[in-house]
Amino acid sequence: MSRFEESAPARGGFSYDLCKRNEMLMQKGLKPSSYLKTGTTIVGLVFQDGVILGADTRATEGPIVADKNCEKIHYMAPNIYCCGAGTAADTEAVTDMVSSQLKLHRFHTGRESRVVTALTLLKSHLFSYQGHVSAALVLGGVDVTGPHLHTIYPHGSTDTLPFATMGSGSLAAMAIFESKYREGLTRDEGVKLVAEAICSGIFNDLGSGSNVDVCVITKGKREYLRNYMLPNPRTYVSEKGYSFSKKTEVLLTKITPLRELVEVIEGGDAMEE
Amino acid sequence: MSIFEYNGSALVAMVGKNCFAIASDRRLGVQLQTIATDFQKIYRIHNKLFIGLAGLATDAQTLYQRLVFRNKLYHLREERDMKPETFASLVSAVLYEKRFGPYFCQPVIAGLGDDDKPFICTMDSIGAKELAKDFVVAGTASESLYGACESMFKPDMEAEELFETISQALISAVDRDCLSGWGGHVYLVTPTEVTERILKGRMD
Repeated sequence: MSRFEESAPARGGFSYDLCKRNEMLMQKGLKPSSYLKTGTTIVGLVFQDGVILGADTRATEGPIVADKNCEKIHYMAPNIYCCGAGTAADTEAVTDMVSSQLKLHRFHTGRESRVVTALTLLKSHLFSYQGHVSAALVLGGVDVTGPHLHTIYPHGSTDTLPFATMGSGSLAAMAIFESKYREGLTRDEGVKLVAEAICSGIFNDLGSGSNVDVCVITKGKREYLRNYMLPNPRTYVSEKGYSFSKKTEVLLTKITPLRELVEVIEGGDAMEE
Repeated sequence: MSIFEYNGSALVAMVGKNCFAIASDRRLGVQLQTIATDFQKIYRIHNKLFIGLAGLATDAQTLYQRLVFRNKLYHLREERDMKPETFASLVSAVLYEKRFGPYFCQPVIAGLGDDDKPFICTMDSIGAKELAKDFVVAGTASESLYGACESMFKPDMEAEELFETISQALISAVDRDCLSGWGGHVYLVTPTEVTERILKGRMD
């Protein structure tokens, strides 16, 4: 009975039934795998009309770049976005989950979501897993009470700041913010500063790289500038492409034709009686 | 030795012009001993959706059975085939559910979506999706595959050229990996047909 229930769609939450087996494999000397991390530089700042978030686009698996153009700025609500650093699966899952909870809350209350709601949902989830859900987030948005920017650490602590950086490239980006940030920046100045901070992370931190994504959130409007800057184009692209001297040897070929859609002819011949 | 290196595998999927190709090696080993040379790593979910599973073979087979179960339930309820994007979300959810005691598998999903637009994606063992527009790789030979695909891939290749490219990339990469090899298994899918080919490779 219990074995059948396991395959059926779960009722949510984590399932721990493979833990004992994995523990046994670990003891036999098999080392665990590395997860996809988003090495990352993520930043946020508050400007005169709202909030600007920025992120790089490199995803790493150990020392290898697994994804050269991944998306680290996640949608939470039409007026709230969240950048994620840490284990990629955790940041994606936690932001998706809270985004769904916010949507249900919007249906329930009939009001626009507030940033502090998202903040509380995220921090209580992360705290209850005591840091094992490794997601470090920069949450920003504009709601009825004004623009807000928060950082959330994997153990569940939060900070409310006018400018914030997280991830392995946070020191490089913070250096730029600390020297150039001032209150009351205009949109263009803010976007330029965010792009500069992310570029600083991209060029100086090995865990961050590729392109710059920027998201500008103001009252009633948000602009998601995917690949706002591409400072790392492919340098040498051969126009000829790669030509193979020897063709691959094929041992066996099996072709399965896919069923073609039946064509309906209007006013065709009627069937004979 | 890592858990992922227990059985050995090499998987790659590439996107072409209105078609896609997914390829795997054929070896099944127990650490350094080869015990099968015709092991299936790519499974068909429906005619336009394939999933390859790299990593620990027992987890790959169990995961495949669970996914077939979920796909059949979906098919009964929705009375249509699952779109590849939906299937990728399903696999991601199934893997993330076991976040703290994971399946030691890395899936590579390839399918034709709406308007026969090719879709490929890969995930790590806890379900972090990585969508790509060109190619995705997984398995013990992944580092060599990254290099081979990066140099051999061209966008918008036709079916025959795509087959040649993916086969050359796979064979070159597995030749540099002790734990994968013994030939290749390539599925080339266009809107009208599915071509399954077995490649000859080095038998060492």
